[in-house]
Amino acid sequence: MTTRIYIPADTTACALGADSVAVEIAVQSQIRGLDIEVIRNGSRGAFWLEPLIEIEQDGGRIVFGPISRGDATGILEVFSEEGYDGLIQHELCLGSVSDIEWLSRQDRLTFARAGWTDPRQLDDYKLHGGYEGLTRALEMLPADIVETVKSSGLRGRGGAAFPTGIKWQTVLDTDAEQKYVTCNADEGDSGTFADRLLMEADPFQLIEGMTICALAVGATMGYIYLRSEYPRALDTLNHAIASAQGARLLGDDICGSGHSFHIEVRVGAGAYICGEETSMLDSLEGKRGMVRFKPPLPAIEGLFGKPTVVNNVLTLAAVTTVLAQGPEFYQEYGSGRSRGTLTAQLAGNIRRGGLVEVPFGASLRELFEGYGGGTASGRPVRAIQVGGPLGAYVPESQWDTRLDYEAFGEIGAMLGHGGIVVFDDSVDMLEQARFAMEFCAVESCGKCTPCRIGSVRGVELIDRIRESKNSAKQLNQLEDLCETMDSGSLCAMGGLTPMPVRSAVKHFPMDFEYNDQRGVKR
Amino acid sequence: MDDYRQKESRVSSNNQRPEEVVASAVLRYADTAGGLLPLLHDIQGVLGHIPKENVADIARGMGLSRAEVHGVISFYHDFHTEPRGLTTIQVCRAEACQAMGSRELEQHVKESLGVEYGGTTSDGRFTLDPVYCLGNCACSPSIRIGNEVHARVDASRFEELLAEHKTI
Repeated sequence: MTTRIYIPADTTACALGADSVAVEIAVQSQIRGLDIEVIRNGSRGAFWLEPLIEIEQDGGRIVFGPISRGDATGILEVFSEEGYDGLIQHELCLGSVSDIEWLSRQDRLTFARAGWTDPRQLDDYKLHGGYEGLTRALEMLPADIVETVKSSGLRGRGGAAFPTGIKWQTVLDTDAEQKYVTCNADEGDSGTFADRLLMEADPFQLIEGMTICALAVGATMGYIYLRSEYPRALDTLNHAIASAQGARLLGDDICGSGHSFHIEVRVGAGAYICGEETSMLDSLEGKRGMVRFKPPLPAIEGLFGKPTVVNNVLTLAAVTTVLAQGPEFYQEYGSGRSRGTLTAQLAGNIRRGGLVEVPFGASLRELFEGYGGGTASGRPVRAIQVGGPLGAYVPESQWDTRLDYEAFGEIGAMLGHGGIVVFDDSVDMLEQARFAMEFCAVESCGKCTPCRIGSVRGVELIDRIRESKNSAKQLNQLEDLCETMDSGSLCAMGGLTPMPVRSAVKHFPMDFEYNDQRGVKR
Repeated sequence: MDDYRQKESRVSSNNQRPEEVVASAVLRYADTAGGLLPLLHDIQGVLGHIPKENVADIARGMGLSRAEVHGVISFYHDFHTEPRGLTTIQVCRAEACQAMGSRELEQHVKESLGVEYGGTTSDGRFTLDPVYCLGNCACSPSIRIGNEVHARVDASRFEELLAEHKTI
């Protein structure tokens, strides 16, 4: 009987050597005459255990990780000589998937299939509950689909947390010959990889979510705007789109319903600002990715001037759960006005980094201590940047804050796209504040002055603070500058760059005092 | 992945005339809504860069002004108008990698290759670029060589990777 061995084709797994492990297993199977089928699944997001391989047994799977190419040889040797009994005794054997507490403790809705399925097999997706949402949606009126999404409480996962159903309602209510569904897959925030993981592990879920959205608002064309840094995701998406079209789940006359919807993937070109929705639309139109004034809202005048839904990957993916399981099911998860699950990403200086999907409401500490296990360096944690490069540096006094949109807003921080980047005590917060300004200067679209010029002045000011023995005056100027950028910028890029800067100054003032040892202490 | 690998090898063995490459890309994208970005990706995928001399042809073919085409090329970090090294090395400069020592790594990489960001090694093999996030943030610091991302890279691991790449 054929034994299936699963080895992720995920970017991070491969960055840690999964490709060479896969080759080694294929070669060793040949040499030893073993009847083995290698399946390149998606990652489960337990990146601290990658490369992680799974060997199928009686419908379950035995897990090994992290394994090197040499370990793979050893595991196959044991398997060929002693069978499953030997495997379970192997020092790298972690038991079955459910034995990995880091994974089994999570509430996986959006990432329920990640790691279980082959992202290139549509049948595998269907076998694991895929396309149940679309089946429901095809029996519903557009207004009812929108109502279902509204009552689930789902809010935009890209960072702005705008109620998804309300956005869809606006597009549905706007009359036009042509409407669009666009997926923002320009996941540029440092410390985030959930979109990438989903597109590489479970691409059909995104396609299904977009198709449901298209039915709801009456769109016939969709675009996925994917960042160029994600070549593997491009490959899995294009493959999945072709498969879905082949099965008439996408394209003309979907499932014989008379509805048509096409999806095209467009690749960005290395501009962070194109993650801002209006800039993304300009880029999709083949222009410079310049931020647009709002209003008009994209829902009314979006891509090529037509009503357009712009949603993040995780938002569109979550819609499949909402439709398949019902809005009440989704509503049950979460805290306050943040409903459903948060897909947090543990990154930076962290011992057990990866994707943690839990209901909104857990504390930051539970995540980076309970799941993350503290720093990779073993040194004490000093600061945690939550919500990407425009998010605040959160000090120890705030680590018990509940992870929901409102609770983070109250402490002057934001959840954003769920990135959690941990720094140990060697971090120099003046350098981090400087980098925030520098990043804004590099990535600003240049349309508004506070962002374009303010960021450059910010870098200069922080350099002067570093050199100056008494920097009280410059610190005041920095605060003035932050105020100007915050209230005068056209979009979140210039408007939120002050957030990491101010949080660094406020919570770590000692790093902005004169220190002639600077540069030595790190 | 295959598409990308092919593109990489095409750059090294390509001897197509830029005019022909531009003409065929224009043929493919002239009627595509918002087709300029995919067109530029296509041209750069074959030629390795987008020659300045061909901007006028691109503009004419796409029904745009030269200023519009130049504006788009210069806006995006990915597009280049000058020839580049055979392989691009990107070092992630973003926060998650900083937390794991990428500031030291980028210094090492610059010294090892003997170039600053944007520079090409004297043998024409590598061009060094900064990148702001490769989506590999749980296993930082990250670099990308060609289309392969590498995790937990320090100075010695970088040297290993470089040596491996040179033997290919």
